[in-house]
Amino acid sequence: MVESITPLPLLELRNITREYPGVMALHNVNFNVCAGELHALVGENGAGKSTLCRIIAGVTRPNSGDMLFHGKPYAPSSRSEARNHGVAMVMQELNLISNLTVAENIFMDRMPTRGTLISYRDMNAAAHTCLQTLGLNDINPDQKVWALGVGQQQMIEIASALSRHCDILILDEPTAALTQRETEHLFAQITELKKKSVGIIYVSHRMEEIKRIADRITVLRDGEWVATSPAADVDMDQIIHWMVGRQLPEPCVRKTEKGTVALRVVNLTVEQAVNRVSFELHHGEILGFAGLMGSGRTETMRAVFGADRSDAGEIYLYGSSTPEQIRSPRDAVRRGIALLTEDRKQQGLFLPMSIRSNITMTRLQSVSTARTFIRENIEAEVAHQWCENLSVRCRDEEQTVGELSGGNQQKVVIAKWIFRDCDILIFDEPTRGIDIGARYEIYQLLDNLVKKGKAIIVVSSDMQELMAISDRIAVMSDGCLTAEFRRGEWTQEAIMEAALKELINREH
Amino acid sequence: MNTDGGKTAGDKRYKTAWQTTGLEYLSLIAVMAALVVVFGIIEPRFFSKATFLQVANDVPAVVIIAVGMTYVLIISGIDLSVGSVLGFSAALLGTILTRYHLPLLPAILCAILAGALCGLINGLVSVRWQLPSFIVTLGMLEIARGATHMVTQSRTVYIGGKIGAIASTHILGLSVPAILAILIVIIGQIVLSKTVFGRYMVAVGTNEEAVRLSGVDPRPVKIGVFTIIGLLSAVAAVIETSRLEASDPNAGNGLELQVIAAVVIGGTSLMGGKGSVVRSFFGVLIIAILGAGLIAIGVRDETKRLITGVVIVAAVILDYYRRRLGRKSAGFGKE
Repeated sequence: MVESITPLPLLELRNITREYPGVMALHNVNFNVCAGELHALVGENGAGKSTLCRIIAGVTRPNSGDMLFHGKPYAPSSRSEARNHGVAMVMQELNLISNLTVAENIFMDRMPTRGTLISYRDMNAAAHTCLQTLGLNDINPDQKVWALGVGQQQMIEIASALSRHCDILILDEPTAALTQRETEHLFAQITELKKKSVGIIYVSHRMEEIKRIADRITVLRDGEWVATSPAADVDMDQIIHWMVGRQLPEPCVRKTEKGTVALRVVNLTVEQAVNRVSFELHHGEILGFAGLMGSGRTETMRAVFGADRSDAGEIYLYGSSTPEQIRSPRDAVRRGIALLTEDRKQQGLFLPMSIRSNITMTRLQSVSTARTFIRENIEAEVAHQWCENLSVRCRDEEQTVGELSGGNQQKVVIAKWIFRDCDILIFDEPTRGIDIGARYEIYQLLDNLVKKGKAIIVVSSDMQELMAISDRIAVMSDGCLTAEFRRGEWTQEAIMEAALKELINREH
Repeated sequence: MNTDGGKTAGDKRYKTAWQTTGLEYLSLIAVMAALVVVFGIIEPRFFSKATFLQVANDVPAVVIIAVGMTYVLIISGIDLSVGSVLGFSAALLGTILTRYHLPLLPAILCAILAGALCGLINGLVSVRWQLPSFIVTLGMLEIARGATHMVTQSRTVYIGGKIGAIASTHILGLSVPAILAILIVIIGQIVLSKTVFGRYMVAVGTNEEAVRLSGVDPRPVKIGVFTIIGLLSAVAAVIETSRLEASDPNAGNGLELQVIAAVVIGGTSLMGGKGSVVRSFFGVLIIAILGAGLIAIGVRDETKRLITGVVIVAAVILDYYRRRLGRKSAGFGKE
């Protein structure tokens, strides 16, 4: 796509600097986008990608530096001002209002009216067209947003951004919550937009995606510009090298020495979500759970952990032949089961509280006198030790968890459960939204835990990840367990086939 | 990035934590001092025994309930029934003493148990059916007030001197209720910031689902907090009854809002997860001094209410700026 790069870029950023107290988010960064190109922005969490996007979209203002848009100075002071200039952004976090309908969300700031009243007929029709372009035929514009899944909500955000005319479209990790099919629809739309000379800024951690759709790639590291290159000229290793500034170790392959059975699940059933699922988990192994979004993996794990009630089935622990009664997470934790939830911020962490309090929450009594009075110096020492062991990057253990990057937050969650000394650790999407560097650190951690004889389940939508770290992979499809592979037996195609099995059966 | 190693790091941090909390109290003490100075300048007679007595009399009961209310707000609940529970406990105390002639101590014990029971019911109902505590305690506000009038037949029960001893006894110049209030504040702050239960309270107010998924049952914490505030309301009832030597069926009417205002002035967030007992104590003092001062300079009751209302809102706005300043200097920043 070298021909499409015109001498005058559509948007140009010069020497952009943005400083937060104690943190240099961006330092003298230059960046530009041309009409009709997709410029990917990559870097580890905390590299400054989101800050750069927010500055372009008018959400944040730079401390210094300037921007040129269509060759004219551009300094939006709000998101709506940027939008009026033709700059649209889909944020990383979902920004929909869950009690309103899909159509109301899309047309929030420009609802079609007849006289003074909203014309729902016009609005729903317009929303319908808008959804169809993204292949979202199964979403009713009249539906309330809360009833939709995260992936569908993300698609609606994208639909909303696409529904208005724009010259620049910023997509900050748009595919993090999308299924393969939704991603394909999005990519098709992106191709359309490029034909219409829209400049697209695309932030993602998924390298395969970037290789596939990007025209140019810019790498940021610790708020500094590292490199910009046509996508065709660089390979993955080079990009990763730029991102982390060092070579990454290969994910290690263990010699599988199967331990004794830690967890045996028989015919676990949760109405509408999980259908007679049975599996075994051994000490010293990682059992991966593959499947599409909504295949019932999370629901299975929540039922095992007692977070949700199961309707039928038994759970046996540590080789015992009497089924366990796990009615609440408390019961599960007491039996040595830990669940590291998919949604860290909402379900795993206490964001305004310190790293120290977060880590010790699972076993506060153990750092207390008479199980009542917290001994803060011992608690701080424990937390300090874990921060060091897991190399959590923080000021100190008194820093609030909300200020940490995603990867470091995940490490705090892991520390919290290792501190509880659970033997069975269930990780639900442990690396979602985490940059490559931190990902490898987390794989390393998982590996160390397995070597210590822990029994680990990893639920992940990233198939490459599962194939790299698992000893066995179980595949779920529409609430059923459809296949189980041992290391060496699996191929990406076979796993995908198993993940789609129930869905295909149903259509016939 | 910079994890400063070594064991001394821990000690250093406690010092700074202590210093910042000291600063937080300082701003409230400054407001109090400013009020005293302003009233003193306008009306020199403000520095009189009458003013002092009024503050000293008004404060203990409110302080004691404010300790419980701080807890309730921290777990992001609210308790509207404290005034009525106070009334009900007081009515029981008066009735038991005059009609059944029980000795003082068992009678007090009964009254306190009754208050704790009301709180326990609030907690159990809101936890069992996952109802907002606003609604449950609104119900209890009516129930307890109704029960108060039934017990007293809507008449003030005069008890006489024997109960008055509690309020009139002074140790080292301080009345027993004042000592009791200070003790409860100290214990309350220790429970909040130094115990497992206190940590759980903050965690429940911050993210209840995360508490549950950490393997800690949040329900006993919530029920416990509501029981504590019920119990403390009853302790306040004993003090009020002793002070008046009578049980007034209207005792504690509207007290809930007075207490919530004081706690909020102290900087406890209505959103939960954040608060301090000692700061609530200062909040109560500020409102009491303001009230006494306005009376001393001869402001009429309606004007007094108006000014108090303005001060409540102004205090919360001030707190907003104080916190923003604190956040800036703490180096708050995202990616």
